[in-house]
Amino acid sequence: MAKSMLIISRQAPWAGMSAREALDAALAGGAFDLPIALLFMEDGVFQLTSSQQPSRLEQKDTSANLQALSLFGIEHLYASKVSLIERGMETHALHLPVKVLTSEEIRSLLRTYDLVVTL
Amino acid sequence: MKFTIALFSPAHSPASRRALRFAEAVLANAHSIERIFFYREGVYNASHATVFPQDELDIAEAWTTFVKQHDLDAVVCISAALRRGLLDCNESQRYSRETITVKAPWQLSGLGQLHEAVQQSDRLVCFGDS
Repeated sequence: MAKSMLIISRQAPWAGMSAREALDAALAGGAFDLPIALLFMEDGVFQLTSSQQPSRLEQKDTSANLQALSLFGIEHLYASKVSLIERGMETHALHLPVKVLTSEEIRSLLRTYDLVVTL
Repeated sequence: MKFTIALFSPAHSPASRRALRFAEAVLANAHSIERIFFYREGVYNASHATVFPQDELDIAEAWTTFVKQHDLDAVVCISAALRRGLLDCNESQRYSRETITVKAPWQLSGLGQLHEAVQQSDRLVCFGDS
């Protein structure tokens, strides 16, 4: 059976290449039909805000890549509740169907994956 | 035990040295390395263009020597490499650049190579900042 991988994305979409490269790694695994999940933590939760205007920073929108996750079979998406609250973000305003987890739930989640990679 | 080693930080980071020493220890203890994979800023470790002062450890050279010596499979993520100015002969020609900054033993290839190696390994060990 294929090993499962949880990718933890911790950077905002405008903070360099990190967010995009974490997504690329997830999508590449999805393309191979591997069991991949994504956890957005710390500034990574900013990737989940809707109505972003990346063109004002002369950047490309990552929302298309995020929407592609389901096409690549990556259905298990999680976000840290603490990180969302710290940043004043409302769960209902997120543009991806993420499951919001407490720190305790994240600890349990980490144990259920064969591999955990922070990108 | 079979290991895949991933490195996400550049040659001048402590993580690069730690990853190399870990890789050496893996082989010294009769384990094997399925693949070494450089991603994100880790791709800089494969740069042929890095110059260290003479009295400092040339970690990029140390990586190359290590990979050659043990004939290891060493892959650099191509998309991460291109946007950071790391090009092998083929990519340099493809994009009409004058420089070649990645040479053997490093191979530029896709992220699928990371996933494939991980599936074949007992352990994935990552080094470097997120």
